[in-house]
Amino acid sequence: MIIDLIVFIPVIAALAIGLGAEGRKTALGAAGANLILGLIVISELMRKGGEELIFETSTVILENPKLTLGFAVDGMSGVLLLLTVIVTFCAVYISPEKAPDGKVKLYHISPLLISTGALGAFCSTDLFFLFAFHELALIPTFLMIGLYGHGRDKLAVAWKITIYLGVGSLILLGGLIALYSNLTSAESATFNIADLTAIAETMQLDQEVQKWIFLPLFLGFGILVSLFPFHSWAAPAYASAPTSIAMLHAGVLKKFGLYGILRVAMPMLPKGFEAWEGLILVLLLGNIIYVGFVTISQKYLDRMLGNSSVMHMGYAFLGIACVNHIGWNGAVLMMFAHGISIALLFALCGSLRERLSTLELSEIGGLASKVPFLAVSFGFAAFASIGLPGFANFASEITILFGAFNGAGEVGNLQKAAILALWGVVISAVYMLRAYRNVFQGDSAQGLTLVRRDSLNKIPIILMIVVLLLTGFFPNLILSILPS
Amino acid sequence: MPAYYLEILILLLGFTMLGIEAFSSNRSRSGIAVLGVSGLFVVLLFLIIAVPSSEVPYDYWGIYYVDKWALFYKAIAILTTLLVLVLAKDFSPAFKKYTSQSNEFSGIGEYYCLPIFVCAGLMWMASAKDLITIFVSLELVTIGFYVLVSFMRRNVGSLEAGVKYLVLGALSTGFLVYGIAWIFGVTGHFDLSKISEALNSGEIEKKPIIFAFALLMVGLGFKVAAVPFHIWVPDVYQGTSMPITAFLSVGSKAAGFIVLLRVVEPFLNSPLTSSSVILILSFLTCVTLLFGNLVAIKQTNIKRLLAYSSIAHAGFLMMALPAMESGFHSKLSGPSPMDSISFYLAGYLLMTMLCFLVITIVSSLTDGENIDDLRGLGARSPLLAFAMLVGVASLAGIPLTVGFFGKFLLFNIAIQYAVFSGSWYIVAFAVLGASAGFYYYFKIIRAMYWGGAEQDGDQLALTVSTLSRVVIIVLLAGVILCGVFPKLILGFL
Repeated sequence: MIIDLIVFIPVIAALAIGLGAEGRKTALGAAGANLILGLIVISELMRKGGEELIFETSTVILENPKLTLGFAVDGMSGVLLLLTVIVTFCAVYISPEKAPDGKVKLYHISPLLISTGALGAFCSTDLFFLFAFHELALIPTFLMIGLYGHGRDKLAVAWKITIYLGVGSLILLGGLIALYSNLTSAESATFNIADLTAIAETMQLDQEVQKWIFLPLFLGFGILVSLFPFHSWAAPAYASAPTSIAMLHAGVLKKFGLYGILRVAMPMLPKGFEAWEGLILVLLLGNIIYVGFVTISQKYLDRMLGNSSVMHMGYAFLGIACVNHIGWNGAVLMMFAHGISIALLFALCGSLRERLSTLELSEIGGLASKVPFLAVSFGFAAFASIGLPGFANFASEITILFGAFNGAGEVGNLQKAAILALWGVVISAVYMLRAYRNVFQGDSAQGLTLVRRDSLNKIPIILMIVVLLLTGFFPNLILSILPS
Repeated sequence: MPAYYLEILILLLGFTMLGIEAFSSNRSRSGIAVLGVSGLFVVLLFLIIAVPSSEVPYDYWGIYYVDKWALFYKAIAILTTLLVLVLAKDFSPAFKKYTSQSNEFSGIGEYYCLPIFVCAGLMWMASAKDLITIFVSLELVTIGFYVLVSFMRRNVGSLEAGVKYLVLGALSTGFLVYGIAWIFGVTGHFDLSKISEALNSGEIEKKPIIFAFALLMVGLGFKVAAVPFHIWVPDVYQGTSMPITAFLSVGSKAAGFIVLLRVVEPFLNSPLTSSSVILILSFLTCVTLLFGNLVAIKQTNIKRLLAYSSIAHAGFLMMALPAMESGFHSKLSGPSPMDSISFYLAGYLLMTMLCFLVITIVSSLTDGENIDDLRGLGARSPLLAFAMLVGVASLAGIPLTVGFFGKFLLFNIAIQYAVFSGSWYIVAFAVLGASAGFYYYFKIIRAMYWGGAEQDGDQLALTVSTLSRVVIIVLLAGVILCGVFPKLILGFL
């Protein structure tokens, strides 16, 4: 029941705004309520250990194939639920009262709908609704980038993200249908994830069948996570999107693809993964190394952050490719840590954008003395993003590396990939520190005007930094509810 | 009450309306539309409560067949006609400009009556299982449409559309009759169940029967707007008045599909013909999917866009046809092809009518039919814009709408059939088509919300009549609720 509440509170709030309730206050109220409920869910998960599904509800909406509109959380869903409610709260908090054109409704409804889409997808017990909820975010994203985006090419960017994600989810849908129809017979067809996982473990589909079902699933989920070489939609979209949308999309929604791979593809099609392991390792290195260099060469702060978020997805894929619980837990922790840190970075980038006429790195400088709070927070976020010890990102990266070398008698492909991936830490240090130096240190650039804004919402920024530090020093807060 | 009383009631309603139209002194004519809407509503209630379940399925004299699908498609026909009358009433201000010189409503009476007769034909098509009945009911529908398409007699576009529909319609009818003659010649029967027996008897040659089937497909392909028999669709949709476009798009297609399903079934179940028939159907499906979706991308006129979208939807629907093959039936998880297609058509009714209702209201005030005329609708009328948004999202197949669930059911069948038969190319074409759909449907969304209203005239608030407002809200709720709880529709099947 509590999960149903969490999923539907944003919808109800969105409806209320649509019917005339005050925009920001309603959205903030809903997000705050969700944050509290999310903490209650997490504390309950910590008490029970997170191995099994709790708070399960279900409504059967079709008998054959069995479709149920139902929600429940186990450890992994719980972590992502927590991520979603935190980022939603911060994104809504940071949104200004009115949109740039003075409108209110759509501007505050969209983040709420995206939040519902993510929450529904992470908590559904049913494959059909896992898929369906995710696509709920498609239209709000399209409208928000097109209407309130930044940059001259925002229209092209809005089309690009919509079509990439649309095609990705169509491929995914095909894979999901092939999966369930191969696992179940015509009489007992079901979309229940737990049932399907149990069936998959006992019956073990043929290697060849697994191989060809795994491909569309991985491709579909991969496009949604901006897997190399299907990543080109992500950076421009995040750079163009309004702050709250960039935070929610890069921070939360993109994790759906990883969640799907961990929840569906890996447990149900282990041999399918084996068949494609080599290719997947190459692609994830493409994310880390190639996109890493692309990130270094960026000239604008927002594009750089967008590319860095694409790059870090490579680590999550590496964790998944470990095929053991250490690596997978590392990947989940990575999703959480990266979600918070990238949302924080985009929030700060949004504040900078409001104050500056340009975000071109060579044009700005010496801001630390003018906006000290921003500078300090950006420093925290940059260190977290690089993966300095003390932040959750470090804990997740080290766990993933442990996973990669766990029980490896020799240096196989996975281990070689992990060694290469380590260089990604250097790459991210290069671009993050360079960006920090360019923006906040040095002489203040010629002709740069700093618009004075009345207030900066410090609460969400502090909240996100605290969460990063807390989970960085005590990663067991998260890891203890994941399977070991 | 036997089911065929429903058609009789509809005809009586039509004649009553014609009589009132002829002798009434009230010039406004909107009373006739209201009578039609309420009459159809009453018949719909009769259909739901008064047809005894002991008579389903029931075969009357071998020419009129009542089963659950027949009743379902009759309900679709009635509902469509009802909504068309609502549309026609909203459209009447724009319409009267083209009917009489005095710019009055007086020429509009038959415009409300003729759809009722077409509706009777559509309902009869749902019950036809005999090639002669199929032909006669189909002609009743088509002839009604000949008049309706060219009803705006002072509008050149409408007349052109009428001529095109007449010529091509007559041509396709010719093919249909020729096909029926061949089938009778080969099998000696008109009744589809007897034809089925004959096909399985082993005494029939393959070539002539396939030739006959191909001829039938020309006639029926014309009805459901399948490529390459779609040439009439864009021009006629664009030329004729908005309510009739909606009527053609939904009513004619739905009835065409129930006939297509009934005709195709015996051919798919016979080992003699099934492989060739599957080949023909697969070919038609692929070209329809490809052509409909890709050409839609370039459209700027919203009626033409919906015309190509209608072709594209025919492609998605036909995707499930080969899966009716008898060997596959027991292996399918989920609703049967027949149920899935019926669900999709019911959903198509809801979402298409929602879109047409919005466009009709907008265009009857601004007289523009381009996508750009929707600019700034989000600011001018949030309700209309939201309704259009949901309708278009549903057409594109965004989840939690009825359009998505329909597409899900069809993809479910197509993918399982591809696993069974190895013909993956249909699925590939469908994925390609659906992806293109995101682009051209989102173009409408973009126009409504991104495009700011530039001229002062665009700033006018739109007024929506109470009847239309109620209908829009009902359809809106239907599109979303049936998308989340598909049993609201599947429960009738």
